[in-house]
Amino acid sequence: MAIEVDMMKKVPVAEQDPKVRAKNFDEVCLGYTEEEAKTEATRCLQCKNPRCVEGCPVRINIPGFIEKIKNGDNAGAYEIINEASSLPAVCGRVCPQETQCEGVCIRGIKGEAVSIGKLERFAADWAREHGIAPVKTSEKKGKKVAVIGAGPSGLTCAGDLAKMGYDVTIFEALHKAGGVLVYGIPEFRLPKDEVVAKEIENVKSLGVEIKTDYIIGRSETIDELMDNEGFEAVYIASGAGLPMFMHIPGEQALGVYSANEYLTRANLMKAYREDYDTPINKGNRTVVVGGGNVAMDAARTALRLGSDVTVVYRRSEKELPARAEEVHHAKEEGIEFNLLTNPVEILEDEEGAVRGIKVIKMELGEPDASGRRRPVEIAGSEYEIECDTVIMALGTSPNPLISSTTENLETNKRKCIVADEETGTTSRPGVFAGGDCATGAATVILAMGAGRKAAKGIDEYLSK
Amino acid sequence: MFRILEAEVLADKTYKMVVEAPNVAHACEPGQFLIVRAHEESERIALTICDYDRGKETVTIVFQTIGESSYKIAELKAGDCFADVVGPLGNPAEYVKEPIEEVRKRHYLLVGGGLGTAPVYPQAKWLKEHGVDVDVIIGTKTKDTLIMEQEMIDAVGEEHVFVTTDDGSYKRHGMVTAVIEDLVKNQGRKYDKCVSIGPMIMMKFCVKMTKELGIPTIVSMNPIMVDGTGMCGACRLVVGDEVKFACVDGPEFDGFLVDFDGAMKRMKLYKTEEGRRLLEYQEGNTHKGNCGKC
Repeated sequence: MAIEVDMMKKVPVAEQDPKVRAKNFDEVCLGYTEEEAKTEATRCLQCKNPRCVEGCPVRINIPGFIEKIKNGDNAGAYEIINEASSLPAVCGRVCPQETQCEGVCIRGIKGEAVSIGKLERFAADWAREHGIAPVKTSEKKGKKVAVIGAGPSGLTCAGDLAKMGYDVTIFEALHKAGGVLVYGIPEFRLPKDEVVAKEIENVKSLGVEIKTDYIIGRSETIDELMDNEGFEAVYIASGAGLPMFMHIPGEQALGVYSANEYLTRANLMKAYREDYDTPINKGNRTVVVGGGNVAMDAARTALRLGSDVTVVYRRSEKELPARAEEVHHAKEEGIEFNLLTNPVEILEDEEGAVRGIKVIKMELGEPDASGRRRPVEIAGSEYEIECDTVIMALGTSPNPLISSTTENLETNKRKCIVADEETGTTSRPGVFAGGDCATGAATVILAMGAGRKAAKGIDEYLSK
Repeated sequence: MFRILEAEVLADKTYKMVVEAPNVAHACEPGQFLIVRAHEESERIALTICDYDRGKETVTIVFQTIGESSYKIAELKAGDCFADVVGPLGNPAEYVKEPIEEVRKRHYLLVGGGLGTAPVYPQAKWLKEHGVDVDVIIGTKTKDTLIMEQEMIDAVGEEHVFVTTDDGSYKRHGMVTAVIEDLVKNQGRKYDKCVSIGPMIMMKFCVKMTKELGIPTIVSMNPIMVDGTGMCGACRLVVGDEVKFACVDGPEFDGFLVDFDGAMKRMKLYKTEEGRRLLEYQEGNTHKGNCGKC
């Protein structure tokens, strides 16, 4: 059964109806069927100098795996992806493809780019459904490496090192491995049991040991790991850290959350499910402050818990840092956007609970240090939005747990761990770092890219 | 596996458990806390560490049943296991990291209110073992709610333990603040440092008294938290006009700088939701929170 194809356009992918999905936590995007994937694969031009590969932080051989899908060799496609990525089913779902591989796709010049993300997801899902997992290497190096944090960066680094033959142990502070994949990104975007847990099983099947409930910097320090337990190298991938607040009046009111708290309750602790104990405030009217992926995730979670939701963002639509697909989905689901708007005060009732938020309209002025036009307040344009819940999604500042308990580990003025971009090397011999703890909050795929580079850096260091 | 070796009822709604938790037992110091999950579906609950045994790799926790989650913990028996025990969390008491000869120059007054007596115990024990002068005040509602009196006497000596009950049913009659005032003003005791742990309202008034008496006071804050490692920000509180996270910046803070009223307000956050869940747990799924009464 051939699918008719307009070579200028992506083969459309099935999604849950917006009205239906706004009330459930099931995955929004249903992914390609085998036939759809095969058809989409024919759109790839198989460029001699594939720009998409350059655009991929982990350098997946994209034309290579697409060619395999086209020829019906899905196992072969998975094998190619797996050489570069330990978490393909995750990346196919959460990478900002439009600014990476698909952003530079030649097809995209005249029409729509090849749907690389959806094809990657197809290959990974196909492999999982057919019980194909990466295999453990038989060659052992007899050297121990510790990885701190079982998020995307730590899992990638651990997976790569295990493939090279190192004995790798990941230390995870939470009760579950996965980092932002389990506490941050919601179920409807990234299913936890079917996708994340299976990808983690794959990393374990390479021989990686994961110790949960284990806080480096508290239970044990990095020095103790190296001096007492025989770890010859350590990769710090402890993630983003402490949520930021605006420091405006009313921020301590009842019903003001960080997006981290809100999402952790909903995702890690499964507060949206009746059979789990952790409570979550199901507001009637929620305002989410911020315009990134985390803001979109919080907004869409609140919506699914039964609240009306408004996103307040101080710049314009063009500057929204979230993935285009997330903004599109949020709008489809009925989330309101008050752009060029910034909070000035959170209003409390006599009980100290949120009753509204006072905001001010903004206009874009001269470009600032980031190159984006700086939003400037329009005098006298304040107005109030009635709400009972406010979620602050403003980014994070680094967690001090490790930097404050590891001597001579250099941090920069933003308190991020200083690490070489190419190798992950820090100021301490044998100690490497990458992902959000080194760069500040970024994306899953950039953290994975850092994990890959650090694995190479560690291998070079230990091979000397 | 985090096996429970001993479980006993200390007083009405107050429980004590000795739990196998090597990662916590090896590293914890006075002032720190831990987080437990009873079952796979349970909430993460922050609890104070009441004692630890590095050799046996155990920690002792003391807690009260206030919500659904703590009831579920209380239902566990010796031989059962927690799904998770993680820690130590928070920073150790400041004297742990100070040169001990400096600490020995000071006279410490420790004040434990109600359940707060439990986390005061390892502090009293540590200070005494390190040769530091220490007096302990234990305040509680009534004789039946008193906990750990004998342990405290064993740790620091009978002449250094002062028990007071709100209703006068045992030993002294009145609030801990009255005992502090009596010890300093009438009995000529001098203190260089006070550590006060208990209900927020007790700490607030305790600090008011010690401020009058000029005794620098440390308080231990235990707000609601989820992860306990700095990630969620639920435990934020205002200390000297700055927003701090109890889990990574505390839990101990300069009592003179803490905004107790703000912190007490935030404590109400999950009361209704939690209360609702407790009723549901005890009485079946009959309370949906829509009646306006629960």
